Amino acid sequence: MNDMSTSTVTEDGRTIGGVMMEMRNITLRFGGVVAIKDISFDIREGEIRAIIGPNGAGKSSMLNVISGFYHPQEGEVWYHGARRKAMKPYQVARQGIARTFQNIALFDGMSVLDNIMTGRINHMSSSFLDQAIWWGKAQREEVEHRRKAEEIIDFLEIQAIRKTPVGRLPYGLKKRVELARALVAEPKLLLLDEPMAGMNVEEKEDMSRFILDVNDEFGTTIALIEHDMGVVMDLSDRVVVMDYGKKIGDGSPDEVRQNQEVIDAYLGVAHD
Amino acid sequence: MFYREAGDFKTTYAADNQTFPIAFDRWRYWAVLFVAVFVIPLVINDYWANALLIPFLIYAIAAIGLNILTGYCGQVSLGTGGFMAVGAYATYKLMTAFVWMDMVTITLLSGLITAGVGVLFGLPSLRIKGFYLAVATLAAQFFLVWIFNRVPWFYNYSASGQINAPERMMFGVPVTGPNAEVWVKYLFALGFVIVLSWVARNLTRGSVGRQWMAIRDMDIAAEIIGVNPLKAKLTAFAISSFFVGVSGALLFSIFLGAVEVGEAFGISKSFLVLFMVIIGGLGSIFGSFAGAAFMVLLPVVLKIVGVDMFGWPTDIVQHLQFVIVGGLIVFFLIVEPHGLAQLWRLAKEKLRLWPFPH
Ligand SMILES: Nc1ncnc2c1ncn2[C@@H]1O[C@H](COP(=O)(O)OP(=O)(O)OP(=O)(O)O)[C@@H](O)[C@H]1O
Ligand SMILES: [Mg+2]
Repeated sequence: MNDMSTSTVTEDGRTIGGVMMEMRNITLRFGGVVAIKDISFDIREGEIRAIIGPNGAGKSSMLNVISGFYHPQEGEVWYHGARRKAMKPYQVARQGIARTFQNIALFDGMSVLDNIMTGRINHMSSSFLDQAIWWGKAQREEVEHRRKAEEIIDFLEIQAIRKTPVGRLPYGLKKRVELARALVAEPKLLLLDEPMAGMNVEEKEDMSRFILDVNDEFGTTIALIEHDMGVVMDLSDRVVVMDYGKKIGDGSPDEVRQNQEVIDAYLGVAHD
Repeated sequence: MFYREAGDFKTTYAADNQTFPIAFDRWRYWAVLFVAVFVIPLVINDYWANALLIPFLIYAIAAIGLNILTGYCGQVSLGTGGFMAVGAYATYKLMTAFVWMDMVTITLLSGLITAGVGVLFGLPSLRIKGFYLAVATLAAQFFLVWIFNRVPWFYNYSASGQINAPERMMFGVPVTGPNAEVWVKYLFALGFVIVLSWVARNLTRGSVGRQWMAIRDMDIAAEIIGVNPLKAKLTAFAISSFFVGVSGALLFSIFLGAVEVGEAFGISKSFLVLFMVIIGGLGSIFGSFAGAAFMVLLPVVLKIVGVDMFGWPTDIVQHLQFVIVGGLIVFFLIVEPHGLAQLWRLAKEKLRLWPFPH
C-alpha cells in the first residue's frame, strides 16, 4: 500500500493528498443491533472514496457517524489530524462537511433557490439585527451569496427550475438540487448516500459526470455510497466494502473486485 | 392590463429579490400606504375605527407573530392568548410603575418582556413536536391566564381584579384612556403595524427566515446543513412572542382600555389568531393581514347582512359565523394550506397572462 503521508498522482492526473479523515475502530450499536463493528478506514484529501456493501451492511450508519448524527459507542473519529470530540451535526457542518441523503431530504415548502441559499448558512455572518432592518450588510451578503448559488445552479444545469417549489420536482431533479445544496456550502468533504439510486441510465451518467467534475474542478474530497458496481468502479479511487457491520475489503476497485470475501458477500454465500 | 412583467426585466440579484418584483405591485403598495397614513385619519369615525380598523391592525400584528412561529418555523402554538396577556399586563405594570414613560417605549418593552416569556415556554420545543408541543403551549395558555388572575401584584391589588389603562399623552394628545380620539389610536397602531411588518418581511426573506423554514420542512436535514435548531427555534419563539406581546399591549392600552384576563385573553383568543393565520395563509406576511381582515370583517358583515337587512335573530347569525369559520378552516387545511394569500397569488398569475392564457 502507498505511503499515507505523501501525496500521489492518479492516472488521470489528479493529486491525492494525505489523510483527511480517519475512522478508528468504530463500533455503533442500536440496542442489540450492531450496525458497525470495529471498523477502521481513512479518507484522503482529494480522493473519491466509495463505501459499498449489501443492504443493511451499515453504510448509511457510517455516513451518519461522520456527519455527527450518530455517536458511536466505541472508536475515534480523526479529522485533519486531530481527534474530533462528540459533536452536533450543525457543528460538523461548520467544519466543512456536507452531505446528501439516501431518501431525499430537501425543504419541500421552499423554492430550489431558497433550498440552495440555505446551504450557504455557514458562510453567512450578518447579525440578526442587520437582517431585521435589511440594510447594509444583510442586503450585501444576500446578493454576494446569491452569486455563489447561481454559480452552482449553472454548474448543475438547473437554471430553469430556480424558482420552482422543490416539492413539485421529479425525483431525478430533486437529487440534483440536493447535491446543489451540499455543494454550495463549498465543503472540504462531501458525503453522498446513494446519489444515483432510482435513476435511469441517462440520469446516472449526468450524475457521474457531476461527481467527477466536482472532484476535479473544486478539488472536493468525496465519500459515496453506491450500489451500481459499474459506477463505483468508474468513479472511485478506493473502495471500502462492508457486510453485516464489518469491513470485509478495502483497496482500489480492482483489488476489491478480486477479493474472495467480497465476491462471496455479493453472491450471497452463507456466512460461517 | 397594467399588470405585466414585460419590460420589467431584472438585471441584478438585488432587484430580483425585492418584496414586490412587479412594478404595479409596488405602486399599489405605496398607494395603500399613502391612503392608510394620510387619508384614513382624516375621514375615520368612531364606528369604523372601533369595529374594524383598530382591531384589524392590532390582530394583524398578532397574526404575523403567530405566522412566524407556526407558518415559517413550523412550531404550533395554542398559547397566543396567554402571550398577548403577558404583553397587556407588562404594559399595565409599566404604565403604572413608570408614569413618565412614553407609550412607544412601554409597548416595545412589553414586547421584549413577552419575548422573554415566549423563549421560556419555547424551550420544550427543543424536545417535542407537533401535537405534544401544541399541548405544551396550551398548558402555557392556561397557566398564564391563571397566574394573572391569581397574583394580585399583576393587577395592582385592585378590588375588581381588572386592569385599566390610565391616560397617557403623546405629542400633546391623549393616546390611551377615555379621552383618546380614534384617529390618534389608529395612527399609533398603524405605526407599529408598518414598522413590525417591515421587520417581519426582512427577517423572513433572508438567512434567518430560511433557517426557520428549513426547520419547518425537515429539521434533520436543516441541522446537518448547519442550522442550529436550538437557536432557530428559540429566535422564532422570541420574535413571534415579541409581536404577539405588542399586539396584546395595544389591545389593552388603546382598544379595550379595561381588561379581565380570562375574558380578553382566554383560549378563544388563541384560536382566533390561529384561524387568522390558517385562513390567511401559513408562511405569508400578506396572508396574516388577509386573515386578520377576514376574521374582523366577518362578524361585522354578518351582522349588517343578517341582523340589519334580513332581521334574523342575533344568536342565529352568531352560529352562522361559527359554521362559516369552521368550514373555511377545514377547507383551507385540506385544500389550500397557503390560504387566502395563495388564492390571491393564483388570481394574480391568471391576471398576468390575461387575456391570453397560453
Ligand atoms: N436509527 C436506527 N435505529 C435502529 N437501528 C438502526 C438505525 N439506523 C440503522 N439501523 C440498523 O443498522 C443496520 C445498518 O443500517 P444502514 O442503514 O446503515 O444500512 P445500509 O448499509 O445503509 O443499507 P442500505 O443499502 O439498505 O441503505 C440495519 O440493520 C438497520 O436496521
Ligand atoms: Mg443506506
